[in-house]
Amino acid sequence: MAADIALVERSAAQQGRASSRGDIVFRALTFLFALLVLLILGGVIVALVDGALPALRTFGVSFLFSDVWNPVTEKFGALAPIYGTLVTSAIAMLVGIPVAFGVAVFITEICPIWLKRPLATMIELLAAIPSIIYGIWGLFVFAPFVQQYIQPNLIGSLGQIPGFGALFAGPPLGIGVLTAGFILAIMVLPFISSIMRDVFETVPAILKESAYGLGATRSEVVRQIVLPYTRIGVVGGIMLGLGRALGETMAVTFVIGNAHRISVSILQPGTTISASLANEFTEAVGDLYLSSLIALGFILFVITFVVLAIAKLMLLRLQKQAGGSAR
Amino acid sequence: MSIYARRRLVNGVVMSLSVAATAFGLLWLVLVLWTLLENGIAAITPALFSQMTPPPGSAGGLLNAIFGSVVMTLIATLVGTPTGILAGTFLAEYSRGSRFGEVVRFINDILLSAPSIIVGLFVYELMVVRMGHFSAWAGAMALAIIVIPVVVRTTEDMLNLVPNALREAAAALGSPKWKVVVMVSYRAAIQGMVTGVMLAVARIAGETAPLLFTALNNQFWSTNLNAPMANLPVVIFQFAMSPYADWQVLAWGGALLITLTVLCLNIGARALASWSTFKQ
Repeated sequence: MAADIALVERSAAQQGRASSRGDIVFRALTFLFALLVLLILGGVIVALVDGALPALRTFGVSFLFSDVWNPVTEKFGALAPIYGTLVTSAIAMLVGIPVAFGVAVFITEICPIWLKRPLATMIELLAAIPSIIYGIWGLFVFAPFVQQYIQPNLIGSLGQIPGFGALFAGPPLGIGVLTAGFILAIMVLPFISSIMRDVFETVPAILKESAYGLGATRSEVVRQIVLPYTRIGVVGGIMLGLGRALGETMAVTFVIGNAHRISVSILQPGTTISASLANEFTEAVGDLYLSSLIALGFILFVITFVVLAIAKLMLLRLQKQAGGSAR
Repeated sequence: MSIYARRRLVNGVVMSLSVAATAFGLLWLVLVLWTLLENGIAAITPALFSQMTPPPGSAGGLLNAIFGSVVMTLIATLVGTPTGILAGTFLAEYSRGSRFGEVVRFINDILLSAPSIIVGLFVYELMVVRMGHFSAWAGAMALAIIVIPVVVRTTEDMLNLVPNALREAAAALGSPKWKVVVMVSYRAAIQGMVTGVMLAVARIAGETAPLLFTALNNQFWSTNLNAPMANLPVVIFQFAMSPYADWQVLAWGGALLITLTVLCLNIGARALASWSTFKQ
């Protein structure tokens, strides 16, 4: 009897040891894979810096401020792609933010409940469509439309204003910075609007109901209750959309025209960092050419990292403010 | 105008604008899908699925590209899913409140939105330069790196939805933590985790930028993972940018195929998620 008990105790102890060993192994395994996520980021930084070094050594800081891009004489500068990246993203934000805001307000404040889910899903499907599809559509359908109907009107009206009109000068080509920016706007719209929707939903019903009770209209509730309450989250969502727009590749590559120059007119072709990479990388001959392209990639990485980090920090702050109920 | 009338007017204008914005957003979805159907349907023929990508001017299909896309997507999913699930498990089950966990979560969210072309550059430096040539392995690896953050995020979110009472009940019966995670948490969250994997597959099915620098393209049938491999997105890119009409038709056909696949995966994933046991 006593021996039996001792046996049972011993096997239980063995089992306990075995399972605690299992625990240690499993925990270590998951830890290693979590570490891998950090290693990927570290690897990206190391690989890009390593690849970009020859170009950065050759051109120094002037790489950032030169708009020369000449594979023949091997003189490279990043200014034109950086400029193009910033301008297309700015256009995307100018068009995308108001529309995304409108969509979010419609879905959270006006829309009947049965329509909410299908509508939100449809808007989010815009984000699911691969970027190359926007590219091919932009090249064959949207650009010709812009060339025929939109650009002549812009040149005829806004283009005639002295000074400001320089933005809309030149022949209507269809492809160009404006077209690229507009397609980007459609692509980032679902990202921005779904974050705005999420943060709008975190506004306590009692705040809104009190305002309605005092006789406020819907637009007043949105402006004076919802927006002040969710300001940080809204900005965070916008930054997230901006991060997407800055790095978007294929859609832009199709319609921007890949011209390494800085034109004042947004109707003219230009280039972005990602479009330069997609167009030229596999055809680049010479180490310096390749290295300059990787240096462009590194600049893009730094810009998007900063923008996305700010976005994430803002959303985290809102989450804390809402007492963790945001997610 | 009285203050009251003015407020009503402002409200009416703002609300109509937001309705208009929603209609505007949906309009693009309809327009893009419509042109895809219109142009792509003509290219959907048996030849599309049975012949190789042709040289300009002759007939052909996309068989090698479809095969390449399927193979690389499959490998990327097989590599990325376990990696993502284990990392997500760490975040949800082992890192509550730890500094390290917070950092990983933060970095993962940034990787989630980082430009995919950067991933392409990274794998180019990591594998293509070392191996000396483009290869399907490199393409699959680039796609796997895009899968990982998506799966990490959904796995963590889904495990966080599993009620703690379930874990406590299992622990009270004497099961070790790893058994609790594998046999209780995973089982409870499985639908959500599958949803995450489906969304990740949908995401990489149409990715072009990372494949440009890694798998490149191949005009011929190839099953050699150590050599460049054709894939739908890069073929679409090349064919659509070309001046040849028959190549452009094939590009439309490929675009329609990819979009239908991606949309089906997305809608399927959403349907699955809405049947899931634990709703947010």
